[in-house]
Amino acid sequence: MSKAIKYYYDFLSQPSRALWIAMKLGKTPFEDCPVALRKQEQLTDEYRSINRFQKVPAIVDGKFQLGESVSIVRYLADKGVFSEQLYPKTLEERARVDEFLEWQHFNVRLVCSLFFRQVWLLPAKGLAPAPKPESVKKLIKDVESNLGLLERLWLEKDFLVGDKLTVADIFGSSEINQMKLCQYNVNEKQFPKVAKWMERVRDATNPYYDEAHSFVYKTSQQAVKAKN
Amino acid sequence: MSVSFLASLLGLSNDEDQLQVAFDEVLKRRVPSRQPTNLRMSAPIRYYYDLMSQPSRALFIIFRLSNMPFEDCVVALRNGEHLTEDFKKEINRFQRVPCIHDNGYKLAESVAILRYLSAKGKIPEHLYPKYFVDQSRVDEFLEWQHMSLRLTCAMYFRTVWLEPLLTGRTPSEAKIETFRMQMERNLDVVEEVWLEGKDFLTGSSLTVADIFAACEIEQTRMADYDVRIKYPKIRAWLKRVRQSCNPYYDVAHEFVYKISGTGPQAKL
Repeated sequence: MSKAIKYYYDFLSQPSRALWIAMKLGKTPFEDCPVALRKQEQLTDEYRSINRFQKVPAIVDGKFQLGESVSIVRYLADKGVFSEQLYPKTLEERARVDEFLEWQHFNVRLVCSLFFRQVWLLPAKGLAPAPKPESVKKLIKDVESNLGLLERLWLEKDFLVGDKLTVADIFGSSEINQMKLCQYNVNEKQFPKVAKWMERVRDATNPYYDEAHSFVYKTSQQAVKAKN
Repeated sequence: MSVSFLASLLGLSNDEDQLQVAFDEVLKRRVPSRQPTNLRMSAPIRYYYDLMSQPSRALFIIFRLSNMPFEDCVVALRNGEHLTEDFKKEINRFQRVPCIHDNGYKLAESVAILRYLSAKGKIPEHLYPKYFVDQSRVDEFLEWQHMSLRLTCAMYFRTVWLEPLLTGRTPSEAKIETFRMQMERNLDVVEEVWLEGKDFLTGSSLTVADIFAACEIEQTRMADYDVRIKYPKIRAWLKRVRQSCNPYYDVAHEFVYKISGTGPQAKL
């Protein structure tokens, strides 16, 4: 038996969480290699020798190094160590999952990341002041425009590409959860399908879902207490 | 307003009909796709695209290099053809190009389309490897570029060229500088990381990664940005990519060359 794949990640990173949940659920064997983004460990020379782009997540499989969460999914699937239900083998089903994974970059991922960075990350690090209310309003508008797209164009069934959970759902919901850090929760009346879908994804992936999001939950709760 | 502005850039008089004729002339000169000879073969894939769109150009070049027969379905973004209700219902629910219809199966997103057609055996292995280790290196680039190279090149292009065209307003120097710096941070990564010690982005020969990347970078020509000045490796690599992809590369970029007023032959 060859050595387990080393998985470098931080639960603060949305794709890191998504890939971790998927590997746990699909029983992909891997060695935990946490990288503390808050301590900027990804910027060390040591980590650069693991991933030249100095980002998480990344894997090291023997001498082979690979970054980019979506390409890691494909690598593991082709190697036969990734769940076939989460990333189907049939041509048209896989293409639909791929369509979402490529679509989300410039949609859900982009707007949720911008919101998170402007409202929480940069102010928390003291790199920028808290944004003005009108800026927050515009960011929320972009987020909700994209939640609207999920609601209308993707969620015809229980999950994004059909009746079963796939890696598309895990990636999509992980991005949206990032906004809990900014005290943003999906409005059930405005986006009923998205809210129900998020719950279904959680149910289908627990206990790993809650474990991966424990930092997000804890930090958002602390912020609520601080307010009250 | 916007059409006449575009017409003046093309060196035409302010005449919409003449502009339409110019575009149609360019489209007619595209290399015709090879007709399938097997009559029992299913209908060729319908490819909906506009060569003004970077991923549309990339897939166009890839399909030609792959000798993959397809039905040309040009969508004129400049006329808002993708924004009609018919397009949304019949062609692509995301109202974007590129997309394909394969005997009723509709698929959007250039990278998803590439992977689907590769799985069907339509894309040769030298362009998109089947062996998973080699393929994952190409995939790593394709996933990296979305939020880095593609996003920042598109933002620069939009700020400097597209928004003034649509609104008539000139962006501030500070705004242009901000977007240029963001773009160059990613061009630095292409120059220093992806092209380090290699002729092409993922090794010693051309793959789809190079085609996607080159099409994104070429977009900045229209915004009067010359990537070759600051980036010698990118300059040499672009030449190699063009040589490997011609005549399809120049066909795909004809609009870009015309609008920017700089052909690829222009020497530094």
